[in-house]
Amino acid sequence: MSEPMVKAEGVHKYFGRLHVLRGIDLEVEPGEVMCVIGPSGSGKSTFLRCINHLEKIDSGRLQVDGHLVGYRQRGDKLHEMRESEVAAQRREIGMVFQRFNLFPHMTALDNVMEAPIQVKGESKAAVRERATALLEQVGLSDKMSGYPSQLSGGQQQRVAIARALAMEPKLMLFDEPTSALDPELVGDVLDAMRRLAADGMTMVVVTHEIGFAREVGDTLVFMDGGVVVETGNPRDVLANPRHERTRSFLSKVL
Amino acid sequence: MTETDTAEPVRPETIKAVPVRHPGRWVSGAIVLVLAAMLVHMLFTNPNLDWGTFGKYFSQKEILKGLVATLELTVIAMAIGIVGGVVLALMRLSANPMLSSAAWLYIWFFRGTPVLVQLIFWFNIKALIGDISLGIPFGPTFITWDVNSLVTTFVAAILGLGLNEAAYMSEIVRAGILSVDEGQTEASQALGMRRLKIMRRVVLPQAMRVIIPPTGNETISMLKTTSLASTVAFTELLKAGEDIFNANYKTIPLLIVVSVWYIIITSILSVGQYYLERYYGRGSSRALPPTPLQRLLRGNLTTFHRRPPTPAVPRNPEVGGL
Repeated sequence: MSEPMVKAEGVHKYFGRLHVLRGIDLEVEPGEVMCVIGPSGSGKSTFLRCINHLEKIDSGRLQVDGHLVGYRQRGDKLHEMRESEVAAQRREIGMVFQRFNLFPHMTALDNVMEAPIQVKGESKAAVRERATALLEQVGLSDKMSGYPSQLSGGQQQRVAIARALAMEPKLMLFDEPTSALDPELVGDVLDAMRRLAADGMTMVVVTHEIGFAREVGDTLVFMDGGVVVETGNPRDVLANPRHERTRSFLSKVL
Repeated sequence: MTETDTAEPVRPETIKAVPVRHPGRWVSGAIVLVLAAMLVHMLFTNPNLDWGTFGKYFSQKEILKGLVATLELTVIAMAIGIVGGVVLALMRLSANPMLSSAAWLYIWFFRGTPVLVQLIFWFNIKALIGDISLGIPFGPTFITWDVNSLVTTFVAAILGLGLNEAAYMSEIVRAGILSVDEGQTEASQALGMRRLKIMRRVVLPQAMRVIIPPTGNETISMLKTTSLASTVAFTELLKAGEDIFNANYKTIPLLIVVSVWYIIITSILSVGQYYLERYYGRGSSRALPPTPLQRLLRGNLTTFHRRPPTPAVPRNPEVGGL
């Protein structure tokens, strides 16, 4: 049995006095696509951000590929990681944001090339080749020299996916990647994600796209009020939700 | 509707109406014209203006030397101000409470006292510190310098203007940094970038769009503030003019010489700022207007008839209402 890519045990998170995550236990196997759905405020985005330490967890254990996120264990003591160590951990984890967060002062190609050159110190020529290939993969070979403001939302999000993939991560996190898009532009982004899943990438996807979750997801997680209410095969959960809360949520979004 | 065989639809008849009259514009125009005529008349006939003296001193050696000193002072003081301002802004935004309070204290002090007082202070620094020595704090010293030989009037002027400017620049830089969306930092962090690299590669280049216009303002302001250095016996443009009119009593012509030079340099700086803003505005959603040079080349510098503006960036048909 291989080690899980993501392993959360009793993860809690507070924002001030607000108890956002109330004990999350989840495992994501390598190559698995986990989709997380739930009403807004349920803590699903917060949990995603904890996985690459954009948020610090307050209790519990969270591991990626067998390593604690943001901490080192020496004996029975936990030590906070230094910034350089956290950064090194994050290189292995790609993240795609709801609002794209492309660098507006760089062209699409430069956006994709930035991190491999600046963070990994790779040669420009090698990175350019890989970045070009990635942008072709997401169907943007004719937009490489465009600035983000000259691209549509769907195109921007596909650049963002290429930018994350350029770091050759072993895990990809998607935080509502299609929620800020016009409905007609959603398809291209979902196609890019579908291809990524077919290539065997481990993915955690916070989404409202129930169709995508049913079709591409290996596991569906329903979160509400900071806890995992229900988890299982997407088709089973969507067809026969076991919990009343899941049923009422699905009846509203389906 | 008229029946026509052409594919072009017939353009409906344009409304012909009597335009609104603007008598106020005629009256104000007349007043401005009369005032302008009086001014021009005065410029040519007032003997106290003495254009002969103006012409004689405008490019005189002492004045030009003073001009160069003013430019040197402006450039060096602004360089200290900008570098110091960036450092102070980063300190203030730092998570380290010692650094942020030290920066706060610096800004509080240097903004809280007049720059003229600071200039005179640096000029008289000898009265506070006799010598500067290199050594172990509270221990033995190795080398000692006399403060008067270190702090010449030029150094006093640079310290006074530059350190004061740093306090103002730091607030401008800080505002620029805060104007950059938090998501930019998060995206960079998620890519494994570290704080200083994020600042240098992602945040500051975007903050520049906000930082450049007030910095241009500060530079123009600095050009003129350097004239305060004349009070600490540093010979810049104003002092050069003063030295001459103290000898020949031609005060007004020489003040005009000095003023014209300030206006010329200010105008050049404004043009430089315009192009700098364009450079840092690249990638922003607004289409850049053509530069005066581009307009000149296109041969329509004076366009009076309206034409639809041509966007500098070809619009993408796929761009929706996002």
